Amino acid sequence: MTREDIFNGVQDIFRDIFDEDDLIVNDRTSSDEIEDWDSLNHINLVSAIEKEFHIRFALGELQTLKDIGAMIDLMEEKLT
Amino acid sequence: MAKPDKEELINTSLTYPLNKDFILRKKKYIKKILLKNKYLVEKKIAILGGSTTSEIKNILELFLLNSGIKPSFYESEFNKYYEDALFGNDELNTFNPDIIYVHTTNVNISSYSNMQESEDEVNKLLKNEVNKYKSIWESLSKHNCAIIQNNFDYPIDRSLGNLDSYDIHGRTHLINRLNLEFAKSAREITNLHINDINYLSSYVGLKNWLDKSLWYQAKYALSFDAIPDLAFDLSKIINSIFGRTKKCLILDLDNTCWGGVIGDDGLDAIHIGTETALAESYTSFQKYTKELKDRGITLAVCSKNDLQNAKEGFEHPDSILKLNDFTSFKANWEPKHQNILDIAKEINIGIDSLVFIDDNPVERDLVTSQISSISVPDVGSDVIDFIDYIDRNGYFEPITLSSDDINRNQYYEDNKKRTNERAVFKSYNEFLSSLEMTAEIKPFSSIYLDRIVQLTNKTNQFNLTTKRYTAGEIDNIANSDKYIKLYGKLSDKYGDNGLIAVSIGRLKNQQCHIDLWLMSCRVLKRDMEFAMLDELIAQCREKGVSELVGYYYKSAKNNMVSDLYEKFGFTLDSKNSKGIIWKLNIENYKSKNKFIEVVYD
Repeated sequence: MTREDIFNGVQDIFRDIFDEDDLIVNDRTSSDEIEDWDSLNHINLVSAIEKEFHIRFALGELQTLKDIGAMIDLMEEKLT
Repeated sequence: MAKPDKEELINTSLTYPLNKDFILRKKKYIKKILLKNKYLVEKKIAILGGSTTSEIKNILELFLLNSGIKPSFYESEFNKYYEDALFGNDELNTFNPDIIYVHTTNVNISSYSNMQESEDEVNKLLKNEVNKYKSIWESLSKHNCAIIQNNFDYPIDRSLGNLDSYDIHGRTHLINRLNLEFAKSAREITNLHINDINYLSSYVGLKNWLDKSLWYQAKYALSFDAIPDLAFDLSKIINSIFGRTKKCLILDLDNTCWGGVIGDDGLDAIHIGTETALAESYTSFQKYTKELKDRGITLAVCSKNDLQNAKEGFEHPDSILKLNDFTSFKANWEPKHQNILDIAKEINIGIDSLVFIDDNPVERDLVTSQISSISVPDVGSDVIDFIDYIDRNGYFEPITLSSDDINRNQYYEDNKKRTNERAVFKSYNEFLSSLEMTAEIKPFSSIYLDRIVQLTNKTNQFNLTTKRYTAGEIDNIANSDKYIKLYGKLSDKYGDNGLIAVSIGRLKNQQCHIDLWLMSCRVLKRDMEFAMLDELIAQCREKGVSELVGYYYKSAKNNMVSDLYEKFGFTLDSKNSKGIIWKLNIENYKSKNKFIEVVYD
């Protein structure tokens, strides 16, 4: 799975959770930029990502990530 | 087959088997689509949580919207269920909930015993825990609404291993005892309903039920994956509280009630009984439907078959269901949707109270496409799965078993005898007087309150205002002298119809405002409404009332009573956005009931 595949999958999940079909995210997108991205929706995003990609984030792993790019880096590590 | 539209896709995702991934990912979209339904009933639900509840609330909202309820929510602060229940707060009080849901789980158990404690000490601990909840329920009773209380799920870790279930210090053992105490309380307190998460978590599997990571990170006492299951179960109880459950199960015959085609294979060759695996699976299905029938669900047959052959199937010595278990029996070559409409008419029941089970997908599609409000689950073609679709979807979920439910089928039977007899009389009046009807019409009394609440919540057709009442509200009205509140029971020579009519009049300035006027369709065209009106007016005169004010609020189902007040002799007063207002000066009113003897003891 390429980084691009992961990125597209993650973007689809963002679109579904926030119900915005044309939402565009990039590596720099963070929770500051998406109004609905609060701690509750964050759980939703993580849970959907775990399911879609069959991975599991360890406790604390996500707390230090600053944007989507960092999240995808971490996923890339887990998927290879 | 037509491509399913988005409403259908959503409805399918929210019924068994749940499409949980879709629900969790698309909840915003699903909500948007479901909110387009124009016929939503608004209800207020307070969630008092012992752990995080926000996603439970979000997903519960979807299930309720899908069954026609538009909820608004109050959510307690995190883990403030106890404080909110006992000490209340202004927000909760002004919210005035229709339902309070107490979402507690095993993480809220105050303390478990340590291994050194004596049996007395363990018993005391149990008692303290139970008393905590008893005080919660007692304090919540001031809200006069239904309370839904989780019982307890098992802890996933048990350092005592299997011994945990039978040593007095075991957590599993304690939870089993707590759950029995909860059950006992729920039998004693009318308004209290148990949400059985002990069953649900074992159905889901404890290892799927709990997500430790989610607990540590966000204090959810169950996994995200289990939330749709929990919300679905809650919605079944809520639907039942508001009288939105189904009443009649319609069954196909060949390859549904038995294996094989009776018209081709003959009585001896159909699969039923315990001789083969296949036969046994059909027998299990028959047993399940028989259980439903025995607790008041009406059964009917709708089959493409020769009537004689069809009936013969139930004469099979191994058949659990017998011909007289069915209140209506349609076996012919007419289209099934036509037969189903006839069944509904024959037993006088709303189309949306029907569930149809058929192994043939073509028939299912046809019925669904022709009758929009009937429930036709896609049960597949293997009888082994049929029970799951009926059971998991909670179509017939009861919150109590009233004797009235258990006897309902008898009423329908009696009704059929009455219908048969009607044909031999010269006039309808002659028929009415032959019925030798007697009625009891009295102010609400405590033994009937449950039934009265039930009727106010499920009567749709003969109901002028369709105003719904909670048990608490009915209780208040029963004890208030600002209301005239009457129930009516009707018997005739064929049997007792039970409590079938309720009228509530609010007294104000010599006027009596009829807030509620309803009757069960079981006793339609028996003049019972006249007997009720006579009694209402008699009581009005005693209280110095000079004028009755009647309201007709049109709903999707109550067209049959649009002219009731006109028939009663009221005059049209005014119209407003909610409906039509009628008035009657009662000074010259003369009794209207001629055929029913009203009994005063």
